[in-house]
Amino acid sequence: MLETLLETLKTGSGFWNPVVWAVAIVIIFLLVYILRGFGKKEYKKETGQTQAFLSGNPEYEKESMHVKGSNVYWGFTETLKSVYAVLKRMHNGNASDYVLWFLIILAVVFIFVGLI
Amino acid sequence: MNLIDILIQHSPPLIVAVPLFSAFLIPLVSRINEKVRNAFALVMMSITGFFIALLASDVFANGPRIYVFGAKDLAIPVVRILFEVDSLSVFMAIVTFILVFVSLVYSWSFMKKENDGLDKYYTLILLLVTSTLGMELTGDIFNFFVFLEISCISSCALIAFWVHKAEALEAAFKYIVISSIGALFVLFAIGIFYAQYNALNIATLSNVLQFTFLDKIALVLLVVVLGMKAGLVPMHMWLPDSYGQAPPSVTIVIIGATQASLYGAFRIISTIYGNFFNSTDLSVVNFVLNTNAIGWVIIILAILTILIGVVMALIQTDFRRLIGFVAVAEIGYIFLGMGVRLASKYVESVGNVPTAIVFPAYGSIALQGSIFHIINDCLDISLLFLVAGAIYYATRETSLDEMSGLARKMKYTTVFFLIGLLAVSGVPPMNGFSSKLLIYESTYQLNPIISIIAILASIMLLAVFVKVFYSAFLGPKISKFENVEEVPKSMLIGMGVIACIIIIFGLFPNMIIHYLVEPAANALINNAQYISTVLGGV
Repeated sequence: MLETLLETLKTGSGFWNPVVWAVAIVIIFLLVYILRGFGKKEYKKETGQTQAFLSGNPEYEKESMHVKGSNVYWGFTETLKSVYAVLKRMHNGNASDYVLWFLIILAVVFIFVGLI
Repeated sequence: MNLIDILIQHSPPLIVAVPLFSAFLIPLVSRINEKVRNAFALVMMSITGFFIALLASDVFANGPRIYVFGAKDLAIPVVRILFEVDSLSVFMAIVTFILVFVSLVYSWSFMKKENDGLDKYYTLILLLVTSTLGMELTGDIFNFFVFLEISCISSCALIAFWVHKAEALEAAFKYIVISSIGALFVLFAIGIFYAQYNALNIATLSNVLQFTFLDKIALVLLVVVLGMKAGLVPMHMWLPDSYGQAPPSVTIVIIGATQASLYGAFRIISTIYGNFFNSTDLSVVNFVLNTNAIGWVIIILAILTILIGVVMALIQTDFRRLIGFVAVAEIGYIFLGMGVRLASKYVESVGNVPTAIVFPAYGSIALQGSIFHIINDCLDISLLFLVAGAIYYATRETSLDEMSGLARKMKYTTVFFLIGLLAVSGVPPMNGFSSKLLIYESTYQLNPIISIIAILASIMLLAVFVKVFYSAFLGPKISKFENVEEVPKSMLIGMGVIACIIIIFGLFPNMIIHYLVEPAANALINNAQYISTVLGGV
């Protein structure tokens, strides 16, 4: 049981042992933490060092500066605008269209399986 | 025969009967008080779990088990229903049990604020469990249809549980339209079988099937309908609607029902049509091309499912709808494994003379990855839905645009979200990584481009949830969430149980594959054992 528990997973062309991976990650984190300890300690809380620098402009209220969910990846969605236009047309919420897609796939697979 | 043997012998019907009778007893028990009702549902589900555990230990040790309702002698012409439970059925029953048990624990606090209808809520949940377990345990195709119908009706009622919300009613309406049409086609396919072979038993059908033109029609009808019920693109649109509008405690039970449809599709391809698609007998050498063709159809639909699921998830601003699209993408990974197995079959030849039909080793690994991903998908997506439910419980918000800084107020929920995020995105060492690794590597050996698309989609999944983490959990405190508190203990326990299972499955994947996944995959590969258990055993 214990042997199976800790055994390496063979994937046919590779392998995966999460326990070894987890131990390695813990060691790496420890090393990083130790290295971090050698860093400078002059950081002063609640001074100008902690204020955001926005090209000299004043900082807005924190609440109004939060990037909302719909704005994250704006560049990505803007670039794929044409793809999203097609996908949104597909997802129009109309139950008849849902049935239509089902019938289309049924017909396509019928033709495909009928031909073979 | 001792008591345990008797219980094991009768466990297949009891697994279905216990939640069924509990469902009808719930309105009576509700009259005592709500705590007794909640405890009753939990206890009855635990008893069901006990029978599942007994049956699982027996099936994994001794092979498939059958239970006959009606005359045992096949020569007597009476109506009989047969349950046939193999490793795959048991595997699915375990998945269903975990989801339902967690749902009931979570519901204890989550549904407390509901003033009315909780007796109906618990009744419907238990009916849905009955139907899901019935679909997974039955060995009769018509019986499968009956349980599918019960599942549709109870799911529809549960999706519309928040009846005061127009969107919930609309989602339930769409669900029942799609389900009813699908069920009609399933009935039509069953009619085709019955008209040709005078049989409804899955093992008998598997034994006598000739792969006639009518059988091809039945195959297409069944697989496309069950694919739609599982959420295969482009027939998936009902899924984000329903998952997004049902109470999250209900959604995770519906996920179990959805996986039962997926199980049905696998059972039909590998068991009913197994003599053609699984066979390595040279007498069916002509079916290798058919098997590859079906495999490639599934692969194409699976890749579309993964891509459209992920791409659509990226632009969602409603948290639960976003997870709904991610659930669609995850279904694609499961179908991909099955498709790769079918597409990998080939004929070995010396000159032009075929010498053997072979499934390469990576085909079986793809199937194992696919089955392992069923349980991983259920756990990961369920945890994320429970987190979404916790946020809704605490803030009454579902829009990501309206959320910010929740990690400051809901520390445990944030940790559970992070576990779900890493698991569903396939980040090591979580469970999603192990199953996806099996799928990626086997797919790579069939076609590297498909594997690369699947990996890129998984990276996009991580991006989707990074967006959620950033917009909902990080960021500044906002004034309207000043009084937000962590959710009650029962909800945390529900999420915690799933999170623990995810971590255990992630750290010890070999154990899960060895004891659960491999036997389930072998049950699909070796349909001869399924057939001989019935035809040689009744």
